Amino acid sequence: MADLRVNIGALALKNPVMTASGTFGYGLEFQDFIPLDGLGGIIVKGTTLKPREGNDYPRMAETASGMLNCVGLQNKGVDYFCEHIYPQIKDIDTNMIVNVSGSSPEDYAECAARINELENIPAIELNISCPNVKDGGMAFGVTCQGASSVVKAVRQAYKKTLIVKLSPNVTDIAAIARAVEAEGADSVSLINTLMGMAIDIERRKKVLSIGTGGLSGPAVKPVALRMVYQVAKAVKIPVVGLGGITTARDAIEFLMAGATAIEIGTANFLDPAVTIKVRDGINDWLDEHGCKDVHEIIGCLE
Amino acid sequence: MKKFILDLTVTSVERLSEKHVLIRLTDAQPLPEMLPGQFVEVRVDGSPVTFLRRPISINFVDRTKNELWLMVAMIGEGTRQLGRLQAGDKLNCVLPLGNGFTIQSGGTALREPFQGGKPALNKPLLVGGGVGMAPLLFLGERLKEMGFEPTFLLGGRTKTDILELDLFNRYGCVCVTTEDGTMGEQGFVTNHSVLVESFDKIYTCGPKPMMVAVARYAKEKSIECEASLENLMACGLGACLCCVEKTTEGNLCVCKEGPVFNTQRLLW
Repeated sequence: MADLRVNIGALALKNPVMTASGTFGYGLEFQDFIPLDGLGGIIVKGTTLKPREGNDYPRMAETASGMLNCVGLQNKGVDYFCEHIYPQIKDIDTNMIVNVSGSSPEDYAECAARINELENIPAIELNISCPNVKDGGMAFGVTCQGASSVVKAVRQAYKKTLIVKLSPNVTDIAAIARAVEAEGADSVSLINTLMGMAIDIERRKKVLSIGTGGLSGPAVKPVALRMVYQVAKAVKIPVVGLGGITTARDAIEFLMAGATAIEIGTANFLDPAVTIKVRDGINDWLDEHGCKDVHEIIGCLE
Repeated sequence: MKKFILDLTVTSVERLSEKHVLIRLTDAQPLPEMLPGQFVEVRVDGSPVTFLRRPISINFVDRTKNELWLMVAMIGEGTRQLGRLQAGDKLNCVLPLGNGFTIQSGGTALREPFQGGKPALNKPLLVGGGVGMAPLLFLGERLKEMGFEPTFLLGGRTKTDILELDLFNRYGCVCVTTEDGTMGEQGFVTNHSVLVESFDKIYTCGPKPMMVAVARYAKEKSIECEASLENLMACGLGACLCCVEKTTEGNLCVCKEGPVFNTQRLLW
């Protein structure tokens, strides 16, 4: 049995395996398949200050080795979360982390401030891939300035562990990572989805209701891995890696590239029990290779 | 109701028509508890161009043989690959998913034992179109078992679209419509002469335009109606929010709050 414990700032994880926002609900949906307390953390559905209905159906398209989604952050808002969902999840014995989205730095900060009050939520993950409605809808996370403005505002309002989830739809992700580190982020997680599209040739129309959507699944893994490697070299704060992780071997690639922890998202749809299999697979690999502690492989590449 | 991930064994694959197969599955253990209206997320192996599981409604459960029946319409690469399964193959399934049909207003689930007294429904009407007929066989069998008398109204384009006729006949009176008149009455289900009779409840599953027409008929006659929907879905568990349908209560997941919805909740 290897020691799988890792830390993300002040956040202590029993193992590096977490679930990605938007793919695991609030954890309760998966209780029949895995013991939730076997995970290092669960990052719940994106939460916004005000309720959002999300985009029209169709919200997804299957692709080779992946899928596109344009769900659009449907959620009942932070107040509903605090009143109705938090009581149901606060006693789950793992790190329950809330993913936070917004349309302005003030929005983000206000939402984060309310979650700050919840005793059993030790961290938030900031989704900066949201469009900045005041900047022509360009995502905050595609510029250093946009990313910094959000993190700066949230850092003043949120006192616990702040993970910032980076968009890969940028020219230089390491620059964005450095910018958010400078504003006080405790960690960065990457990658969010890659922007893509699908067309129905019989109807001669775009498949997704809003045309474009986020690509996820095994198809994105090489891009995600490259970015994790680049970012881990560029910042001192711990990196959380995600993007197409389906097996323990995939996870280990990300750990070796420099990730302290990983998130599993789309793979949950193919196998609702995949997270525990990956955790056990990491442990088995470490045992087989004479490693007593997962830190022996984190960032061990070159 | 507890959900499972199971590697079921194919006992047989029966060709029902050019486009449809019936896959019968079993397991070494007794199959889990399942309700009419629920579905299964099936993993498609051996198809490089597909990725996600395919949601297939439960056609029938034969407890004497410990068999689960899935009727598959082969309309794309994933379902065509399922059609190539053979006896002895394994099929990985997540089941049972979704909410199932209800037997009376207030939404009493079919699993609750009937307490006696005047039933809320004597004459249920089950309207199916195409592969949408599939879940109505399981529903009809359960209703018959509980002492009700289901009437089946099955519609298709032509006679080869009307499937499992002999089985439906075991559980109730069967009425058929075909658009080309090669079987039953010619036209759509909403034209069938049986509709002069009065029914207590309507269940429907099939192409959306058909269900919309059935729902409109039900509303005109003030008959409670439930429709089973089918939206593109990814997780099948209510976690990813891809499969939503607009309702009077906002966007709800077809995989979790559905696939069965009282048609008054739908914005049709």
